[in-house]
Amino acid sequence: MATQILMPALSPTMEEGTLAKWLVKEGDTVSSGDILAEIETDKATMEFEAVDEGIVGKILVAEGSEGVKVNTPIAVMVEEGESVDDAESPAPSGDSAPAQETPAAPVEAAPASAPATPKAKAVEPDWPEGTEMKTQTVREALRDAMAEEMRSDANVFVMGEEVAEYQGAYKVTQGLLDEFGSKRVIDTPITEHGFAGIGVGAAFGGLKPIVEFMTFNFAMQAIDQIINSAAKTLYMSGGQMGCPMVFRGPNGAAARVGAQHSQDYAAWYAMIPGLKVAMPYSAADAKGLLKSAIRDPNPVIFLENEILYGRSFEVPALDDFTVPFGKAKIWREGKDVTIVSFGIGMQYALEAAEKLADEGIDAEVIDLRTLRPLDYGTVIESVKKTNRCVTVEEGFPVGAIGNHLSAYIMQNAFDYLDAPVINCTGKDVPMPYAANLEKHALVTTAEVIEAVKQVTYR
Amino acid sequence: MAARKAAAKPNVSPEELKQYYRDMLLIRRFEEKAGQLYGMGLIGGFCHLYIGQEAVVVGLEAAAEEGDKRITSYRDHGHMLACGMDPNGVMAELTGREGGYSKGKGGSMHMFSREKHFYGGHGIVGAQVPLGAGLAFADNYLENKRVTFTYFGDGAANQGQVYETFNMAALWKLPVVFVIENNQYAMGTSQKRSTSTDDIHTRGAPFGIQGEIVDGMDVLAVKEAGDKAVAHCRAGKGPYILEIKTYRYRGHSMSDPAKYRTREEVQKMREERDCIQNVRDLLLQGKHATEDDLKAIDKEIKDIVNASAEFAKESPEPALDELWTDIYSDDVPQGDAIEA
Repeated sequence: MATQILMPALSPTMEEGTLAKWLVKEGDTVSSGDILAEIETDKATMEFEAVDEGIVGKILVAEGSEGVKVNTPIAVMVEEGESVDDAESPAPSGDSAPAQETPAAPVEAAPASAPATPKAKAVEPDWPEGTEMKTQTVREALRDAMAEEMRSDANVFVMGEEVAEYQGAYKVTQGLLDEFGSKRVIDTPITEHGFAGIGVGAAFGGLKPIVEFMTFNFAMQAIDQIINSAAKTLYMSGGQMGCPMVFRGPNGAAARVGAQHSQDYAAWYAMIPGLKVAMPYSAADAKGLLKSAIRDPNPVIFLENEILYGRSFEVPALDDFTVPFGKAKIWREGKDVTIVSFGIGMQYALEAAEKLADEGIDAEVIDLRTLRPLDYGTVIESVKKTNRCVTVEEGFPVGAIGNHLSAYIMQNAFDYLDAPVINCTGKDVPMPYAANLEKHALVTTAEVIEAVKQVTYR
Repeated sequence: MAARKAAAKPNVSPEELKQYYRDMLLIRRFEEKAGQLYGMGLIGGFCHLYIGQEAVVVGLEAAAEEGDKRITSYRDHGHMLACGMDPNGVMAELTGREGGYSKGKGGSMHMFSREKHFYGGHGIVGAQVPLGAGLAFADNYLENKRVTFTYFGDGAANQGQVYETFNMAALWKLPVVFVIENNQYAMGTSQKRSTSTDDIHTRGAPFGIQGEIVDGMDVLAVKEAGDKAVAHCRAGKGPYILEIKTYRYRGHSMSDPAKYRTREEVQKMREERDCIQNVRDLLLQGKHATEDDLKAIDKEIKDIVNASAEFAKESPEPALDELWTDIYSDDVPQGDAIEA
């Protein structure tokens, strides 16, 4: 049967092209792979090959023709003994691309991703009243979380630099090698990109890896595997393949280690759909959130803090204590201003609230605890009550979590605001080494107090 | 080092040989059809065809057993067909339709099949190499004697993460066959212009990984090398490297004007070394098949491919709600390796 040869699309963006030259003439016999013509696209001049064998019956578009639209018939191929008149015309409509039909997308609005007014989650207590408490450092709480989950699930293992024999560069994995052995507590070479990828592959294979980065600064070496492989595969596979794993380690500034070792990546990871992101402040949250993270079927970025590792907090003495993701914690109730923070930023937020109380300003302090999912409801409810908001974080000021919250509050509680939201962040500079400069590069309690006074017009 | 050649007399049965012919032909015809649909605007974005390289996956799949895993780069259509994935689902993913393996959300470069142990389909050059070692890590952890075929190209062989992976795979004796599909061009840059040495298979040697070079235009040579590599891995001896010399007839992607090599070079490979023609000759010369037998196979393949194209055109575009699904999961879709 005679078939039409259509002007091909030869690049992702090509809509029309120039038929530069015919390399066959009417009556020529061609076989699959022979070049029929040269076509100039928006990118280059391409050779256009025959797909099937046949005879060139008729050339419909002369060489040198410009602006030939994709899918325009340019020639007719016939089989031996067949005439050109047998060719169907025009091109069968069923073959045209959906892109060339009436566009449907702008008419049908895409469904929204989340309900317009999420509920405040922080109202429920994390543990029952009267629960026995014990004092623990954040470091111990994290270790206990991993040990408990490893005891209950044989799929869980820890890998990273110095996690086993050295007992952890910051001693977070202390004792795990003794209890679980070298099969499940694995020292890796210093090769973040490689072992992050191996961790993701092991998760595809049905295990539940905990990949420790000695610090999140080094995770930059592995960011392709975290974003492109871990976060996106569930979506790209249409839900067939998940990545149940945790990437954890200290994040943010330590002390006097300079620009390459002092950076808060919270906003970077929180931007990525497919990742969950936790950044605890207290030991109880560190334990409860890490246990939830290990059980979560999705990839979790778990951002710890070196300065907080040695800090002690009260932790509930429960057999299986977990904290759900997407539930903020109200550390302090207040009526004059809402201070929203997370991770080590909470230290400045709480200190500021304490001092502000002495001056008669009653601050409500919210710890987001997880940045993805984020408990928007608790923030909005609080702002509706106080009508003022200050955000506090250690990261850079451009594209910060606070920027996002400000926009969210503006869109969802604009009429309740009595002052613009202020974002307290680290300064827009690489971290300096000198002690005095470093102190000023970080967010400070004084800045938080100043911001609160500004939004309360004191 | 000369490429390893298969024994003159094929070490497989006529039935197996016919199967290889059929499987390679399916890939070729499927890819030709995909190229055609791309030209018609039915397939968008990037589309990397496997035409010319068919013997690589077909030979290695012949060496695989049920439960073995495979993972590759973005030139992945052939791998999917060779491991038994449904041509309809693959083609419909290429056209971005609901009936595609990823419901139209992955596209040519991102497809998966849990059932066939196909772990993608990865768009970042070299990223699949540590992922493949990770799959092998899981099997090693589970002590299940499975092997993972981790495919990458001569281009990816210059990525740093490949060597990070070689180191750990050797250190931990992971059961992974690293398959370097050397088609001699990293996009438009020839191996000579991109790679400091002629041999890539020797690059595992500093890590203690044995490697060999294989004639990738000869499916029997590939199968034989695959058997050896798989036996090595299954015996717990750690990874193995196969550098398979092959050739892609088409451009890197659809919009490649291919000015970096001559038309004659491509034509010479097609005429003298074509993997499908080779098996066809073996079948006919050995009187294992008649012209009519092969015509029947050609017809069968043509029908499968045409049906896949029809399916891919008919399948509707994904519902708009699909935009918001599969970002997070409430359970692990592939399940836990060790059940509680």
